[in-house]
Amino acid sequence: MAEPILKVENLKKYFPLKRGLLASLRGEPQRFVHAVDGVSFEIHKQQVFALVGESGCGKSTTGRLIVKLLEPTDGKIYLEGQDVTEITTKEEILAYRRKVQMIFQDPFASLNPRFRIFDVLEEPLLIHGIGETRAEREELIYKALEMVKVTPPEDYVSRFPHMLSGGQRQRVAIARALILNPTFIVADEPVSMLDVSIRAEILELMKDLKDKIGVTYLYITHDLSTARYFADWIAVMYLGRIVEIGPATRVIDNPLHPYTRALLAAVPEPKPERRNVIKELPIKGEVPSAVEIPPGCRFHPRCIYFQKGLCDVQQPKLIEYEHNHWAECHLVGKF
Amino acid sequence: MAKAVLEVKNLKMYYFTNKGVVKAVDDISFELKKGEVMGLAGESGCGKSSLGFTLLGMPTPPGKIVDGSIKIDGREIVGLPEDVLRKEIRWEKISMIFQGAMNALNPVYTVGYQMTEPLLYHKGMSQEEALDRAQKYLELVGLDPEIVYRYPHELSGGMKQRVIIAMALLMEPSVVIADEPTTALDVVVQAQIINLMKRLKKELGLSMIFITHDLSILAEISDRVAIMYAGKLVEIGDSEKIYYEPAHPYTQKLLAAIPRLHEDVEKLEFIPGQPPNLINPPKGCRFHPRCPYAMDICREQVPELKEIDKDHYAACWLL
Repeated sequence: MAEPILKVENLKKYFPLKRGLLASLRGEPQRFVHAVDGVSFEIHKQQVFALVGESGCGKSTTGRLIVKLLEPTDGKIYLEGQDVTEITTKEEILAYRRKVQMIFQDPFASLNPRFRIFDVLEEPLLIHGIGETRAEREELIYKALEMVKVTPPEDYVSRFPHMLSGGQRQRVAIARALILNPTFIVADEPVSMLDVSIRAEILELMKDLKDKIGVTYLYITHDLSTARYFADWIAVMYLGRIVEIGPATRVIDNPLHPYTRALLAAVPEPKPERRNVIKELPIKGEVPSAVEIPPGCRFHPRCIYFQKGLCDVQQPKLIEYEHNHWAECHLVGKF
Repeated sequence: MAKAVLEVKNLKMYYFTNKGVVKAVDDISFELKKGEVMGLAGESGCGKSSLGFTLLGMPTPPGKIVDGSIKIDGREIVGLPEDVLRKEIRWEKISMIFQGAMNALNPVYTVGYQMTEPLLYHKGMSQEEALDRAQKYLELVGLDPEIVYRYPHELSGGMKQRVIIAMALLMEPSVVIADEPTTALDVVVQAQIINLMKRLKKELGLSMIFITHDLSILAEISDRVAIMYAGKLVEIGDSEKIYYEPAHPYTQKLLAAIPRLHEDVEKLEFIPGQPPNLINPPKGCRFHPRCPYAMDICREQVPELKEIDKDHYAACWLL
């Protein structure tokens, strides 16, 4: 198989908790939020890799580590073979960001309200010194807007973001990411704030662009239905770790990990005949704090298959149970 | 046939803004039967939340009820003075489960204080009686009654949403409006809240209007579904009819835009364009500029809701 575009190895990010003066004088140990706690995966060219999980599972932190908005505590990230964690100088970071761009969740917050659409799209060009004259840059901007179907571009370039609808804004945000012609895009919940029909439109657009310009996506979402539709691979995250990873349809149709099963059971489906049936949710309690990670398997306090003396003692390993389909659980196949 | 607990006739609620009159709720009629959950769906800005607030007799300023009638248990509430609405209607007869559990509770008061307030004010209960009632309802929604002594920040999102639901039920109203009660919740918590609402529907025989933009969630609980577009109802009928035999092109498009969890969808459909400005809505059918089947008549005349099947109504010239 070809070399992956992106390779993440044992990635960790711990955020220190604030502690009071008294606590530090007493010499109490520094405590950490274990946002990402040993995550590894590979993404191949022109594929969509979905990172799925509930709020606080570390999926967005993983995305931010990849675009270097955050520095990892430990672990490696390789883009096209280059070790990204070694990059430190401003020039190198600039060069890296040309290849890796991000689309944010909220198109109402991610576009500067005082910038016209032209300025929004010109900014990355200026930062990266692309296009010598304004006319050259204008051409690139028009092309980018056409690509995301904000047409005709001349009608939109002098507008401010508030004069656009939510869907149009998100398309401008995508155009801003694409204008540098990146190889890799981190899309952090790009459709979760949009209405159903606009959501479909943006997903179709992103899918279309994948084939047209050969971009590769990390798609961060909490929504398994859109992940199945858009992604080739799904990795399910829980409390900072990937608990299951595999081809999208396999993860959905044959979930191995109890957490994935619970997530899938919870997804609402447009089937009214089940409206009076109370759904069984094979999960207990609530997500624990990422400060005090439960020992052994971190899912054990919520797992309905929990086995004392095993799950609360030994951390399970990520094991391949069927071709390309991995899970981190002691009890796969035993429940 | 079950009696209607809520009858809405030709209701119009307009926002009188500086830029013009926004016709957010424009000539809407429907009935809600006892023990029935009616889903109300549509894109943002279609007027579904505006309709919800109007039913409580409290359109958000500068909104005003312009015309029409809202009857709860046979009593007309349009035109009642504010103090009567407050004392006799709101929470007593009709209550609301608010969107965004995070913000609907006051952070500086305990849960118990916030829950007992309407009981002390409306029912003239003593402190003990009120606290007792609050605890009973907290238990009903699956919470530890000791939560009355806690502050909202000590609770998780799911727990707060349960408190909000308990508050809406506390006065035993005839009708409950739930406005996006599960948005902003994680999928597991969302499923737990939906389960809770299903259980309450069964145990208490709740009559409820469930407002959301998410047709998948709506299918989980609604007996009947009403689809709203640009201030008007475009289709209303039993859930099975709406989901499996949608009649209005808008409903059909909305359903085709949902990615399915267990089905392969080749291509998601979407509706080109965007919902119209409600100050100057398009002439004729408001959906015609985005409708693939638009004909001449659609551009000229407003289609009325007509019965196309038993208890299944749609407003479209194609039918």
